[in-house]
Amino acid sequence: MPFAGWEMPVQYVGVKDEHLAVRNDCGVFDVSHMGEIRTSGPQALEFLQRILSNDVTKIAVGGAQYSVLCKPDGGILDDLFTYRLSDDVYLTVTNASNHAKDLAWFRQHAEGFDVTVDDAFDDYAMLAVQGPNARRIVGELLDAELPAPFRIAAMSWEPAHPADSADQDVPVELLVAGTGYTGEDGVELLVAPESAAALWDAVVAAGAAPAGLGARDTLRLEACYHLYGNDLSEDRDPIGAGLGWACKEDTGFLGCDAVRDVRAQGNGAHPDGLKLVPFRFTDKGIPRPGNEVVGGGVVTSGTFSPTLEVGIGLAYVPVEHATPGTPIEIDVRGRVRPAEVATRPLYKRPA
Amino acid sequence: MADASYPEDLKYHPEHDWARIDGDTAVFGITWFAQDALGEVVFVDLPEVGSTVTKDQSYAEVESVKAVSDVIAPLSGEIVAINDDLEGGPEAINEASYDGGWLVKVRLSEPAQVDDLLDRDAYVASLD
Repeated sequence: MPFAGWEMPVQYVGVKDEHLAVRNDCGVFDVSHMGEIRTSGPQALEFLQRILSNDVTKIAVGGAQYSVLCKPDGGILDDLFTYRLSDDVYLTVTNASNHAKDLAWFRQHAEGFDVTVDDAFDDYAMLAVQGPNARRIVGELLDAELPAPFRIAAMSWEPAHPADSADQDVPVELLVAGTGYTGEDGVELLVAPESAAALWDAVVAAGAAPAGLGARDTLRLEACYHLYGNDLSEDRDPIGAGLGWACKEDTGFLGCDAVRDVRAQGNGAHPDGLKLVPFRFTDKGIPRPGNEVVGGGVVTSGTFSPTLEVGIGLAYVPVEHATPGTPIEIDVRGRVRPAEVATRPLYKRPA
Repeated sequence: MADASYPEDLKYHPEHDWARIDGDTAVFGITWFAQDALGEVVFVDLPEVGSTVTKDQSYAEVESVKAVSDVIAPLSGEIVAINDDLEGGPEAINEASYDGGWLVKVRLSEPAQVDDLLDRDAYVASLD
């Protein structure tokens, strides 16, 4: 399946099996389509504070932070993770389809700051190893303690077999981040593209199940993580999208005035009164993006939940219908299906 | 998931449906190719007994985790039975697309339409 110019497997053995492997054991995703932008220099912090919605001063060296890239009108250009690699070097991970746009935005707004903005897209392949056994598998492979959740560290990998190291420098240098997009514990590995295949093979040989974009989508939706292009767009502001927690208007970020105005409405919705909520079907059917919510609103993500075994999704609904437990109806290709607004996440690992 | 197969005794519609003709009735389902393209079926929306279906038009929906697909009627007629087992076990479409994965049984209103359908070899050739 072509995706933003990449050939990506939607599935290896089947979406359900791959999904459950991540929930119950460990799966590995090739997410090399994600882009990276490296920002460095004496004013890297000041610059990122200007364009990212969150408070970038809160990222310690070796830390990570989620934020939104906003237009001056508050519209969402992208949602992204930024890692602080050293005092004045930051790495921001972009969504594949937004990378070129984001890079141009970074460069345009870097003027006047003493920073260097590098396109690091070609520097890294990215593997996401996720699931309750992910840390054990990667920890044994690297023979080292892994960074805690929302931390990142430079590490090295010594391939066990000589054949693995034929085409690459040994040991293999990589970045290990305690982040993911599945609602499970796990790590993301950023590695030079020429070493990615050997690392993939080693992770799979150690017990991780290959997982594709199909399972990635069902997992992230159960965890209620946003997908840019579905749930987020330039026409939507972070408040109505449920990302107000990642916006710190007092930092003066680009778009802060617009976001402040929307937040001041006090209802957590877009100016048009719509708000993003998770929902689950209470009977048959599977919601899909574009399905209308009866009485106003639209489904932006929808699928069958392999863990819960019902239709689930994210929808923008009128704020008066946004309280968890509220019954709503979704028009699925002409058939009205009953649903219920839920709390996020839709699935959480039992304690 | 079962291996690829296209039984000789069925008639095929180019939209990847099969019909097992028995006099003036026929059982409909989707082919191995269709279920393979969809992936694991998790939901099937069938019409009610007594409703009519029209050749070349959608009469049901089959959904996998990743996609929804209309099911096209290979022939016209009235639904006389539906496969209720699919509600609790839609994976039968993947596991036995010509057997336990059947969708509906239809009393044909225009049996001569059978002549428009493909035999096994013609259908298989269309997949290349």
